[in-house]
Amino acid sequence: MMLAADVLVAQNIGFGVIAVIMVVGALRVVTTSNIVHAALWLVTVLAGAAAQYVLLAAEFVAVTQVLVYIGAVMVLFLFGTMLTRARIGAEKDVNNKNWFMGVPIAVLLLATMLLALNDGFGDEKLPADPDTLVNTQMISDQIFGPYLLPFWALSFVLLAAVIGAIVLARRD
Amino acid sequence: MSMVSVLAVDLPYWAQSLLRVLGGLVAVLLPAGTIVYVFLFKMMSFMQSRLGPMEAGPYGSMQLFAEVGKWLQKEDIYPERADKFIFKLAPLIVLASTFLLVAVVPFGPDAWFTNFEAGIFYALAVSSVSVLGILIAGWASANKYSLLGGLRAAGQLIAYELPMVLAVIGVVIQAGSMNLQDIVLAQNAGSIFGWDGLGNPYVLTQFVGFIIFMIAVQAELTQAPFDMPIAESELVSGYMTEYSGFRFLIFFIGEFATAGVFAMIASILFLGGWGVPFAWFGWTDMDSVDNWMNIVGPLILFTKMMLVVFVVMWVRFSYPRFREDQLQRFAWKVLIPISLVNIMVTAILKVAF
Repeated sequence: MMLAADVLVAQNIGFGVIAVIMVVGALRVVTTSNIVHAALWLVTVLAGAAAQYVLLAAEFVAVTQVLVYIGAVMVLFLFGTMLTRARIGAEKDVNNKNWFMGVPIAVLLLATMLLALNDGFGDEKLPADPDTLVNTQMISDQIFGPYLLPFWALSFVLLAAVIGAIVLARRD
Repeated sequence: MSMVSVLAVDLPYWAQSLLRVLGGLVAVLLPAGTIVYVFLFKMMSFMQSRLGPMEAGPYGSMQLFAEVGKWLQKEDIYPERADKFIFKLAPLIVLASTFLLVAVVPFGPDAWFTNFEAGIFYALAVSSVSVLGILIAGWASANKYSLLGGLRAAGQLIAYELPMVLAVIGVVIQAGSMNLQDIVLAQNAGSIFGWDGLGNPYVLTQFVGFIIFMIAVQAELTQAPFDMPIAESELVSGYMTEYSGFRFLIFFIGEFATAGVFAMIASILFLGGWGVPFAWFGWTDMDSVDNWMNIVGPLILFTKMMLVVFVVMWVRFSYPRFREDQLQRFAWKVLIPISLVNIMVTAILKVAF
């Protein structure tokens, strides 16, 4: 039986508030008629995800989320749109004509994720004792231990992307 | 353990939180004000053979309050075609990034806001959020100069964030931790070949990293010679062109408060932070540090911060501006390769010793 003392009230309220903000933000990303506004709503969603990671006591992942997605990806995104076309005010035709094709894909992704999470964790709960939680050192021990080979494989993907960018940028 | 245990009284949670917020305000605004008065008003004037503000208060020390009063009185204007909401939001994002940054800075053995495990990683992450504010400030102003300034700022900050992160990695490898408190401990409890009279400040072992970090800080703060984004002669202040009154004031406070916080982080990473060499008083670890360090520590950190900011401002007032291509080439072709070599050498030496 679940006792009231076992329920993290503040964390649950925090989760709810952030989740609502994220859902509203996600909807606004696709409904707003200004590209820069859409990008900023996306920042809200990504920051919300980082906040959720903090609630799960996964601080390293949360910080990585902020550094990579808000500090780098979104800045690059805004940089790109502002260099090419980013007018102030509402724009027409920001929606792709085939937008409805995204719906089944979104549903499929959601179903896969729900299935994977439910299958993998079930009723498991986070340990209440903060010392048993995953910390940064444990993550690095895992990456540079059992997961070294996949980690290297990922670095090669990034290297390929870097070389591709250089090839595209060079004129000769 | 928190800031409050210094006073040996148990405060309720809300009072602790309130105290932390007030402490954060002091930790951001006090260095910013001091930096503006000592360096921007006085040092710059002396270097240019003039006196600077002299009328308001003794030696013009009240000038800052007069300036703030002037800014607050100004009319709140924005361009007619600006994106008003984002225009107003942008300076707040820049300032928020500074406040988030100060949250991990330790001021003494117990005097910290949060003892974050991934402290320095967090600091680097939230400092990159300010780019977002600068970019949208430039865009929302509906002004070509502003947009150009914002884009220049973004390009520069992205380019110099990399050497900054890579320079920090050397320190992290040597200290074996990303926690700023552990980095302070490792330096002050350390020894140089068995001699512990100075501790082991990483400015000695990580000198290359220190130089790269300071150059990157100079660029991240957009201080000359890296002030391309706000180049007043070509871009009329770049992304800040359309801002006036208290919105400009927020940008202004953000700039110098960030300078202060970055200087604090630089002194924590390379100069031993709030600590003195522990051997002086026979301390061995964090728990054996006397309680009075919670009062003296912040003062020591403040002194070191002023030293670091002095160097930043000295460079700022001495050198002319870089050209855009020189600036990018310097980051990508000079600083990043050197910092990568620095990481490699540090890692090899760490394993060897």
